[in-house]
Amino acid sequence: MGAIFDNFGSGVIPLEGYIFVSLIMFFAGIYGFLSRKSLLMILISIEMILNSADINFAAFNRYLYPDQMEGFFFALFTIAISACETAVAIAIVINIYRNLNNVEVDSLHELQEPEPSETKVDL
Amino acid sequence: MNFLSIFVIIPLITLLALYAARNRKQINLIAATGATLLLILSGILTYLYLHERAMGNDSLMLFRADILWYAPFNIYYSVGVDGVSVAMLILTSIIMFTGVFASWRIDPLPKEFFLWFFLLSSGVYGFFITIDLFSMFMFYEIALIPMYLLIGIWGTGRKEYSAMKLTLMLMGGSALLLVSILGIYYFSGGDTMNLLEIAQRHIPVEVQRYLFPLTFMGFGVLGALFPFHTWSPDGHASAPTAVSMLHAGVLMKLGGYGAFRVAIYLMPEAAHEQAWIFLILTGISVIYGAFSAVVQTDLKYINAYSSVSHCGLVLFAILMMNETAMTGAVMQMLSHGLMTALFFALIGMIYGRTHTRLITEMGGLMKIMPFLGVSYVIAGLASLGLPGLSGFVAEMTIFVGAFQESDTLHRILTIVAVTSIVITAVYILRVVGKILYGKVQNPQHETLSDATWWERISVVTLIIAIVALGSLPLWISDMIQNSIMPIVGKLMAAL
Amino acid sequence: MEYTLYILILPLLSFVVLGLMDTKWKPVVAGTVGTAILTIVAALSYYTAWEYFSTANLNGTYQKIIAFNTVWVQFNEHLHIDMGILLDPISVMMLVVISTVSLMVHIYSLAYMKGERGFERYYAFLSLFSFAMLGLVVSTNIFQMYMFWEMVGLSSYLLIGFYYTKPEAVAASKKAFIVTRFADLGFLIGILILSYYTKTFDFGILTSCDANVFASFSGVTFMGASALSWAMALIFIGGAGKSAMFPLHIWLPDAMEGPTPVSALIHAATMVVAGVFLVARLFPIYITFTPEVLHGIAYVGAFTSLFAAVIAIVQTDIKRVLAFSTISQIGFMMVALGVSGYGGQAGTGYMASMFHLFTHAMFKALLFLGAGSIIHAVHSNEMTQMGGLKKFLPVTRWTFLIACLAIAGIPPFSGFFSKDEILAATMHFSPGLGVIMTFTAGLTAFYMFRLYYRIFHGKKYQTTNGHTPHESPVAMTLPLVFLGVVTIFAGFIPFGKFVSSDGGYYHIHIDPTIATISVVVALAGIGLATWLYRKENDASAAVARKFNTIYRAAYHRFYIDELYLFITKKIIFKRISSPVAWFDRHIVDGTMNGLASVTQWVSLKIKGFQSGKIQHYAFVILLGTLIIAAIVIFI
Repeated sequence: MGAIFDNFGSGVIPLEGYIFVSLIMFFAGIYGFLSRKSLLMILISIEMILNSADINFAAFNRYLYPDQMEGFFFALFTIAISACETAVAIAIVINIYRNLNNVEVDSLHELQEPEPSETKVDL
Repeated sequence: MNFLSIFVIIPLITLLALYAARNRKQINLIAATGATLLLILSGILTYLYLHERAMGNDSLMLFRADILWYAPFNIYYSVGVDGVSVAMLILTSIIMFTGVFASWRIDPLPKEFFLWFFLLSSGVYGFFITIDLFSMFMFYEIALIPMYLLIGIWGTGRKEYSAMKLTLMLMGGSALLLVSILGIYYFSGGDTMNLLEIAQRHIPVEVQRYLFPLTFMGFGVLGALFPFHTWSPDGHASAPTAVSMLHAGVLMKLGGYGAFRVAIYLMPEAAHEQAWIFLILTGISVIYGAFSAVVQTDLKYINAYSSVSHCGLVLFAILMMNETAMTGAVMQMLSHGLMTALFFALIGMIYGRTHTRLITEMGGLMKIMPFLGVSYVIAGLASLGLPGLSGFVAEMTIFVGAFQESDTLHRILTIVAVTSIVITAVYILRVVGKILYGKVQNPQHETLSDATWWERISVVTLIIAIVALGSLPLWISDMIQNSIMPIVGKLMAAL
Repeated sequence: MEYTLYILILPLLSFVVLGLMDTKWKPVVAGTVGTAILTIVAALSYYTAWEYFSTANLNGTYQKIIAFNTVWVQFNEHLHIDMGILLDPISVMMLVVISTVSLMVHIYSLAYMKGERGFERYYAFLSLFSFAMLGLVVSTNIFQMYMFWEMVGLSSYLLIGFYYTKPEAVAASKKAFIVTRFADLGFLIGILILSYYTKTFDFGILTSCDANVFASFSGVTFMGASALSWAMALIFIGGAGKSAMFPLHIWLPDAMEGPTPVSALIHAATMVVAGVFLVARLFPIYITFTPEVLHGIAYVGAFTSLFAAVIAIVQTDIKRVLAFSTISQIGFMMVALGVSGYGGQAGTGYMASMFHLFTHAMFKALLFLGAGSIIHAVHSNEMTQMGGLKKFLPVTRWTFLIACLAIAGIPPFSGFFSKDEILAATMHFSPGLGVIMTFTAGLTAFYMFRLYYRIFHGKKYQTTNGHTPHESPVAMTLPLVFLGVVTIFAGFIPFGKFVSSDGGYYHIHIDPTIATISVVVALAGIGLATWLYRKENDASAAVARKFNTIYRAAYHRFYIDELYLFITKKIIFKRISSPVAWFDRHIVDGTMNGLASVTQWVSLKIKGFQSGKIQHYAFVILLGTLIIAAIVIFI
């Protein structure tokens, strides 16, 4: 952590800086994923997690292997995948909203078994 | 392309053809064609087999073929038949044939019914032709799973419960089998799953002591070994006619066949050591099933308990481990398969008319439906061991064989088993007297019709088979005995 | 003599054809076909007898001829069941008896069963029975005999239950089958023991009594008796079941629910003597190795004979009287076998037993057919419904009288000669037993004439159903007359010339003392019956009152049936089967269901972990990852 403060104002952003940002983004995403009730917010949280990974890709590539491009390609690839994923997810969310008028995760238990007390199977 | 594989392929082709069928007429036609082809094929096989043997081919298994399909574990699809498997294949074909005709008017979903039915049969055929432990296990599972759906969907009464119970208990048995098959594989050298090759090896006796009971119990569950038989009464009572026929007629034989082919053949030392435990259990099965059948009121329960008794006799005879008794065991498998199939077919037909299976609610049916009545009497007589019908030959071969073992335990158990012929007579005649003779109990039964043509085909085929086996037993008992001799030789060598 | 095979094949064929055709053929066609085939069989049997007795005699002894033999099933290198035809004096004699009586019954039934529902089925069953019984007597080995034994039991079951809508008939048929089946269990175990030690089923080897064959029996004992004694005693139990020896006799009186001609054929003349035939067949083994079992047979026979005679006195159903008389007469045959010696003139009992079997078959068939004719006329089995029938049924009456005289042992009727030989043999063996048997013979005369008088004499016949009884048609009276003639003359056959214990010549001579005593006793019995029953009077009722207890006990057949009922209903059903079934449903099945319930309970308990909420899962995953990471980093 010390490197950030050592080089502060020198014009060079150290690797730790990028990792620090991405760490914050990652845990913010995790927090959002765990605590939010709306499917849309959960989706945004997942995007944040993915983006934090992208930042790491780019940063590691730049600092560790400056003469290669794999990290950037991977970042782009991830962005493309996450775009697709989001499209699918949003489609599902919209369908859920159309059917249930609701996008809260807690209210989605159509496929869940009823509570144990009601299901005494005859054996 | 091996000749024997056709037995597995025909059901699969029939499956595809059924999938394309559009109405009930086509479905029935396809199913009947498939079953008939299988019947003809088993006839050809028998002829070829006897011909080969007559030509002096005395290798243990005929028509051998191997196809590697999973190299890391040396799993082959290997096929081959001896006299015992040929007998079982004939039995399966006859019961498939009659089963199709017995379910001519199955409702609902006839197409799906036959799909599962033929899938089941391909598993059974595969089990009997294969001599690779793993393939055997796989076919066993193929035969097991469709049973759940067949009972659960097309059954009667508490069908979901029965289907679940039957499947779980049999799966439990197959779990034991899987353990023992892997054990046999590793301790026999770990480089082959082939029965014939393992039989050449020696599995350490300490290992056999653990593997033998696992294997025997695993197959014993399917062979209705006391106290693992309780799936049988409920399962048979709930199953639709053709499934009861196939299950009691053929699937229960998988247990006896496997116990004999895998458990005893591969682990003779442990078999000799532990036979007495299982002999006592099977002895109990024989007498216990018979006594239980005496007081039942549901026709299918009576027959299910009678199956427990008769299949107990199969395992009992196998454990006697001499040539005569083992031949008797295979004969009993054939005989029990045929007559129990006949029973279940007839019970299904009677139930389809009277809509009850309780013997207290029926009476005087002989007068109303003479064909079914007479057939029921014939089935009953076969079951109680009347000379000229199949039961007699099988039971007498077992008793004579069992009597060759002269120590006290064997003697006592044999005499106990022999008494079952009286108890069998009691419950068979009780049923016949109650439902067929006497006065008509329910006036609505007066107008019921006798058997239709497809029912007649089914019943007559079975009766012919029973009479043929019972009055001319020599050729088939010779065929079986010749195949059993090498196995008994190995058992004797292990003493 | 391969043509003897047709004696078996033809009835079997007849059974199959008639059975398959069933109602497709008119009754008259079925009846004619059945009777015609049996006529051929009878002719073949007579020809066989003629050829056998005229050619098989070598140096004064009859040889055993194996006319046909083929392996039916092979058990191991020693044991195999053969199907074959063995001709020796007793089997040839039985062929003649069976085919004669069977033919008579076939002819008789044409009229008796006319118009019955299931007429075709009836003839099919008769053919089946003829096949099985003929096969039984010509068996070459004990297992073949056992097979036909079972088949005979089956045809008996089917014919007793012929009127299957009548509950009594169904119950009777069931009882007959199960009781004899129980006895056959003994037979089977006996065969198994015998074959285990001797390594053969073959009669030829067994009855040669070669010491080597029986050598492996030596020293093998069980509960104080030798294994061979056990085997032979168990085999006798089989014979006792079929031949209705006490206490396995209970099925026979009930078997009278079947059609009367069937009773004549199966339950009087042929099947019930199968047990006697069995003992006679194995006689050399009994006499050589296990004389104690043979003596046991004699005592069982004597007791049964007396016991059944006492019961016969008080029965009122005419067929029941005849049934008990049959039991009693079979007892005579058993006694004769039991007391017999072996070879030459010592084999009196053996010869007498076979002779009595022969004559008894004829006159008992005659009695039953006569009874059938009476029942046909008055439509009742009860003596109380009869009386004074002599002027309505002249042919029946005279033939019936001949048979009664024969069974009572009055010369010159056939029964006298055979019974006299039995009494002579018994006296020779043990005077005590001889006295008992003579007394029983007296009782026989008494109850037969009680029967005769109460049917044909006494009160005037009063019709209850509005029509006068009339003599039966020719098809029925013809067999009566034929059998009557045989009964009169059969006694003069030099029977010892044909059948004896060792196949040699046995010279019959009548001991004047014993003959006189037996005739006097028989006449006393007849006289008593004449006094009590000839004219309707109170004497019989007075006697019955005097012996009230024993009268009632005998009337209820000494409560043996109740005992059996108690054993089956109370012991087997209530005490064994029901608990077993309960145990199965609740303990064995309960354990399985219990396992399932426990599994379900456990899974319900741990089900909470799988909440179905994705955020819970994600949280647990995260936590797990952190913990694992911490472990990896810090440890």
